[in-house]
Order: sequence, then C-alpha cells, then structure tokens
Amino acid sequence: MLSIFMQVVRRDLLLAMRQKADVLNTLFFFVVVVTIAPFGIGSEPALLRDIAPGLVWVAALLAAILSLPRLFANDYADGTLEQMLLSAEPLSLIVLAKATAHWLSTGLPLTAMAVVFGLVFDLDRYATLTLVATLAVGTPVLSLIGSIGAALTLGLRGGAVLASLLVLPLYIPVLIFGAGAVSAVASGLAVTAYFLLLGAFLLFAAVLTPWAVSIALRISVE
Amino acid sequence: MSSISVRPRPGLFWFSSPQTFFALAGRMTPWFFAIAVLLALIGVYIAFFVAPTDATQGESYRIIFIHVPAAWMSMFLYVVMAFWAAVGLIMNTRVSSMMASAIAPTGALMTVLALVTGSLWGRPTWGTYWVWDARLTSELVLLFLYLGFLALQAAIDDPRRADKAGAVLALVGVVNIPIIYFSVQWWNTLHQGSSVSLTRSPSMASTMLLGMLIMALAFWSYSIGAALHRVRTILLERERRAEWTRELLAPKGLK
Repeated sequence: MLSIFMQVVRRDLLLAMRQKADVLNTLFFFVVVVTIAPFGIGSEPALLRDIAPGLVWVAALLAAILSLPRLFANDYADGTLEQMLLSAEPLSLIVLAKATAHWLSTGLPLTAMAVVFGLVFDLDRYATLTLVATLAVGTPVLSLIGSIGAALTLGLRGGAVLASLLVLPLYIPVLIFGAGAVSAVASGLAVTAYFLLLGAFLLFAAVLTPWAVSIALRISVE
Repeated sequence: MSSISVRPRPGLFWFSSPQTFFALAGRMTPWFFAIAVLLALIGVYIAFFVAPTDATQGESYRIIFIHVPAAWMSMFLYVVMAFWAAVGLIMNTRVSSMMASAIAPTGALMTVLALVTGSLWGRPTWGTYWVWDARLTSELVLLFLYLGFLALQAAIDDPRRADKAGAVLALVGVVNIPIIYFSVQWWNTLHQGSSVSLTRSPSMASTMLLGMLIMALAFWSYSIGAALHRVRTILLERERRAEWTRELLAPKGLK
C-alpha cells in the first residue's frame, strides 16, 4: 500500500523535475500576480500591508488553478492513467499520491515564496510566519479539491477554464480562514481557531476527495 | 439505444422507464402549473391588500413575498437536484439524472431571483444594492455552483458522462455548502437574522407569514411543474431514436 503511494509520488516528482518549465512557470505566475497588484492599488505601505494576506492567498489560489491540468492531462494523453485505473492497487491511494506530488511541486514552492512577500509588504515577523504556516496547511487542500475539477473536466474542450469555474467556489472556505488568520495576527487576535479549521479542512479533504476523484476519473476515462 | 420498446412491469422502477415517466410527467405538469398560478394569485392578494405595512421598513418590505420563497427554493432545489443526481449515479437510472439536469436551470433562476429582489430591497433599507454580507455572499456562491453544474454538463457531449460527472459535482457541492455557508458567516454578517423559525414563534405579523408561506408553496409548485416540463423535453431529445418517441411525434409531422 505505502510502496505504491511512494512510487507514484516519486514518479510524478521526477516528471515534474524533467519538465522544470511547468513548475517554474506556476511559481513565476504567482510572483507576477502579487507584484502587479500594487500598480493597480497604489504604493501606500499601510494599505498594502492590510491587503497583503488576501492578495498572496488569492494569487496562490489562481496559481493552484493554473497548474491543475498537469495533474492528470499528460497521463491521460499517453495512456498511463488508463493503466492506473486498471491496476489492482486502490485508485484513491494513487490519486492521493498524485495530489501529494502536485502539492510538493506547486504548493510547497509557493509557501516558501510567501516569506519573500512577507518582507516586501512589510509584514511583521509573526504575521509573515502565520502567512507561511497558513499556506503550508491550506495549499494541500487546494491541490486535493482541485483534483476533483481536473478529473471531471479531463479531455474536455476548454477543460482548464471549466475546471477553474468548478473549483474556485469550493476554495472559498480555505481562502477565508487562510487570509483571515494573517489579518487576525495583525490585529493581535488569537489564531488557534483558524489553524484548527484549516487543519480540519485538510483532513476532511484528504479522506474524501481521493474517493470522489477516483469516481470522477472512472467516469471521464470510460 | 435500442429501437425495441419493452414495457416494464409495475414495481419500484416502473417510472424509471423514459416512456412511462414521460406520460406521467405530461399528466402532472398542468396541475402543478395551475396550482402555482392559483396560489400565487392568493399570495399576491395577501401580500398587497391584507398584510399590514411594516413599522420600520414601510412598503418596501413587501418584496419579501418574492424574495424569501425564491431564496428557500434556491437552496432546497440544489439538495433535490443532488438527490436525483445521486440516485442516477447509484441506481444507474437515466430518468433520475435527467431530472437533476431539469431542476438545475430552475434552481439557478431562483437564485438569481433571490439575489435581484434582495438587492432591490437592500437599496431602500440598507442604502446600498450590495453588501459583502454572509448570506448574500453565500447565495452568490450557490449561483456559481449551479452555473458550474450547468457549464460542466454543457461541455460534455456524451449525455451519460455528463449525467455522471454532473452528479459527482452536485454531491461535492452539497457536502461543501454547509462549510461554505458557515465560513462565510464567520467572515462577515450584516443580514438580519432569520425571522421564521420552527422552534420559536415568528417575529412577524401572522398575515405576512401566511402570505409568505402561500407564495412559498406557489414557488414550490411552479418549480415542480417547470422541472417536469423540462425533463419531458430532455427525454424527447435523448430518446429521439427510440420507437415510442417516433410513434409519439409521427402524427404531429415531427421526426
């Protein structure tokens, strides 16, 4: 059981490393979206400090959405996905492994990058730490929920845009508590509840989404 | 699709056959529309001539006779849609999935109606058409969920795949609605608390409540009628190559 999980994670990470452009472009997109916002909003430091958590979180959401097609599209195109569906190993475990690999190659770099944005937007040390921590707990949820959208729209015309339409409304709770925790820290409030809820979302998503995704994949590939 | 029509035997799945369900829906549709019109006339009469003017909101409150039933239906219909979608996915009954597809546009319509009437009411009462309040925002998210369901089904050419994919999405949505609702409520709340509750006496005049409940029943009846009417169209379109649809349409010169 564990070995198939590790194998799929290793394989997907290896593929991601071989096509570095995909991974780097997502990260670059994240940086550009956050950087471009002050041009529209103005360079007032106090204002930027207030909106920074929400801005970084929204950019992380968009970057996660943008990288969704990578989850299954290539495997679908070259027939690997069909072999995975036929395999005797539990499909939900393979799906969980793929979502994990997706997070390691997108969510984790975004989380690390957020440290820089904490400095750029002049967040204090505690707020920056909170931002990074919320992203670390929240971005895996984005990968997991996103995999449902990616599986349902597999092989459809305009599937990437459709997947983002399906998935963005489902991201709202993560966004609320992710960005909310940082704002709460900035106003000196306790953040335990935010982290408990984000952690609950993560556990909930980790248990239920692989199951939904396996059903969706069987529907899309049959 | 087989061209031989096999009549099912009466039982649990009697009406899961497109042919029998088509006839049943055809018989029921006019009744539900008639009940809807009748109740709406009574409800509107109560709304405008019987219900008293509100002490604080004046006449503008009367929009709740449309707003509240539409908002109730918008949420209720999503659950009903997900229920039929789930039945279609689990039991592999095509008519159930078609029922889910038939309910979705009516649900989206109710959501739009609730949002529009709400903002028209908000202008004189709160002084603004839109506020980023918990209930308004979650209603808007509900509209996105409906639109996502419709968009996904529209993007898939194979009807059976569209049914099943839509069902998975609707079920994921149903699981998420409470989470989204409570998250948004935590995030911000301005909308007045619910005035109607099952556990305590309502904080409104009884004629107002009566009018609202009658309007809710009218909306309910309309939704059933509209969904049944739409499911008949979907049935005809999907079963256009079956023997019974040909027999049905031939006398009308349609093929």
